[in-house]
Amino acid sequence: MGIPVFQVDVIIPTQTRYLSLIGHIGERIANELDTYAGDKVQLAYDLNLVLTEATANAIKHAKTNSLKETVRILIQIEENELIIKVFDHGQGFDLKNIEPLDFANPQETGMGLFFIKTYMDSVSYTITPDVNILAISKKLS
Amino acid sequence: MKLRYETKQEYEIVIIDEERIDAHNSGDLKEALLHKIEQGNTHLIVQLAQVRFIDSSGLGALLAAYKKINAGHGRLMLVHVQAQVLAMFELTRLTQVFDIYAELDDILAHHQ
Repeated sequence: MGIPVFQVDVIIPTQTRYLSLIGHIGERIANELDTYAGDKVQLAYDLNLVLTEATANAIKHAKTNSLKETVRILIQIEENELIIKVFDHGQGFDLKNIEPLDFANPQETGMGLFFIKTYMDSVSYTITPDVNILAISKKLS
Repeated sequence: MKLRYETKQEYEIVIIDEERIDAHNSGDLKEALLHKIEQGNTHLIVQLAQVRFIDSSGLGALLAAYKKINAGHGRLMLVHVQAQVLAMFELTRLTQVFDIYAELDDILAHHQ
């Protein structure tokens, strides 16, 4: 892990009305990556999507949707890597139990983690007694 | 979820007046589409011109409507799908499930 060029640390209530805000933060961050050589418009969409899916997942697994319960989203931008960590206090899940998409028989659920895995380079989920952490990273060069 | 409805020929058109479909409003979309199908509409067109972002729950809402209308031998078509939204359908191969048209006239002219 390198030294963050900058980082954005957001804490929201576990309510879906905040997904738009989190997604837009992802888009704005993509626009700030002056040295990114790839397609920034596409990166903006991808970060919007990945942050939306990761946050929605944390909200879905939360115990309640009370204003007291929160999800923390930490976005760190290093020189060559973007790291997203989503902290939740829900029951957690096992990434290994996530079924791959069945393209021949599409289902209404289960596409969120597929998008995260597709658009990002690494995904991990760690359960601890205090907090669960979904960590996602993408190389920027 | 801001939705508008129009009827042309035998088609009921659902116009989504939102830039974004995510887990906050996809439940409303699913409910509205299922309601239209339960009302007996068998030819449903969803117009997505305003939608520049859709997440997995939005795709799931459209898929739920597709499955319900397909079970009754009806048709659900999508029109005016923006490029980045279309890319989501391609990635999940839902382009093989939905009938997707560039223009409304492509559907209407086909059935004249």
